[in-house]
Amino acid sequence: MTFLALDVSYQRGDFHLEFLMQTDATALALFGPSGAGKTTLAHVLAGLLTPQRGSVMLNGIPLFDHQARINVPPQRRRIGYVFQDARLFPHLTIKNNLLYGRMWQPKGPSPIAFEDVVSLLDLAPLLDRYPPSLSGGERQRVAIGRALMSEPRLLLLDEPLSALDEARKDEIIAYLKRLRLAALVPMITITHRREEVLLLADEVVFVDRGRCTGAQSTASFAAG
Amino acid sequence: MTSLGPEDYQAIWLSVKIASVASLASLPFAIAMAFCLARFRFRGHMLLNVLVHLPLVLPPVVTGYVLLLLFGRQGPLGQMLEACCGIVLSFRWTGAALAAAIMAFPLMVRTIRVSFEQGDGRLEQAAASLGAPPWAIFFTITLPLAMSGIVSGLLIGFAKALGEFGATMTFVSNIPGQSRTIATSIYGYTQIPDGEAPALALAGISIAISVVALALSEMLMRRTQRHRKATP
Repeated sequence: MTFLALDVSYQRGDFHLEFLMQTDATALALFGPSGAGKTTLAHVLAGLLTPQRGSVMLNGIPLFDHQARINVPPQRRRIGYVFQDARLFPHLTIKNNLLYGRMWQPKGPSPIAFEDVVSLLDLAPLLDRYPPSLSGGERQRVAIGRALMSEPRLLLLDEPLSALDEARKDEIIAYLKRLRLAALVPMITITHRREEVLLLADEVVFVDRGRCTGAQSTASFAAG
Repeated sequence: MTSLGPEDYQAIWLSVKIASVASLASLPFAIAMAFCLARFRFRGHMLLNVLVHLPLVLPPVVTGYVLLLLFGRQGPLGQMLEACCGIVLSFRWTGAALAAAIMAFPLMVRTIRVSFEQGDGRLEQAAASLGAPPWAIFFTITLPLAMSGIVSGLLIGFAKALGEFGATMTFVSNIPGQSRTIATSIYGYTQIPDGEAPALALAGISIAISVVALALSEMLMRRTQRHRKATP
């Protein structure tokens, strides 16, 4: 069964997304210049934008199918979206930000434990603080942890380094490496930076002007 | 204070009661209306907006007169309320509360709406991606983030209701114990000889109530914001 199959058409104003791809990679990068439609694609995947036509299948289950009139709402897609701008809830402590997604999951033991997420991302010293008092890098770490805690079937990282200065980038890169090694959940990284592809993906899909312009393994991407 | 009689104290208590009931009871409706107007575009949006604002631009006497026509004992809604639930509004404090609530409503909606418009829906998107259903997003994200606007909306509603005069006078008149509020009492005192002292005392008291209400809402606002900005 294909892990992820996309065949979508989305248009708004002058921008036209016409995207066809299939992958079995559980660490994928969507690579392309800014303005290529990567974030639009991520929004379509997460259900935050509704395409005009086509289908989105995850593990053989349709999340969107225009012809069958299926459109699973974002809250039931279980796609953990780590936004470029973190989007932490300013009125909740870091601990409650992390636990927010857990509230809507069925009760019972979870495959992803709170303590594991906290130690993976070194969040223990931040738990009682509020988002406005955090640095950019800390916010990004909390955003990753918060998405993990919602027990996603897929983690979407949208330009995880773009909002950070150089020093903070190195800090987050170390955590992203850890995240990938932990392999808690399949992940897709959206990026326009080559080094992030090499770091975070087995396979890379090229995006340009709203279209999929090819795919290759990260190994051959690195060689080329 | 010696210039005030028991009727005046009754009027003060009644004013506070009417203004509290009017602003608190209309708050949920004002929040719902503000949310609809701020976050949704639908057919009739303009019309609804105009209707909500009507009491703000109409002469209060007209609003009071329309209330009298609708909710008076002979009015269609007034008869219905009396027949089904035994509620009579005309010349009662409940009618004064209704008049005050309707006059305060547009101001409450306007104030609360601004805080709903400041949110751009991005945090709501994040909440949805974390699995929260729409009703839960409203109560856990949208509403708490709009809290300072809601508190100021409530305060403005209370202040407006406290000072309401024209619609109240027209709809429920100026009956001691039912509809004689601070505002209508002051008006009454200015119409009789030797009324200056009690009028002045009542004016002072209405200033005091407003100051206390303002201070209270300021404290509430600080409390909701203080811990958020807490730096380590």
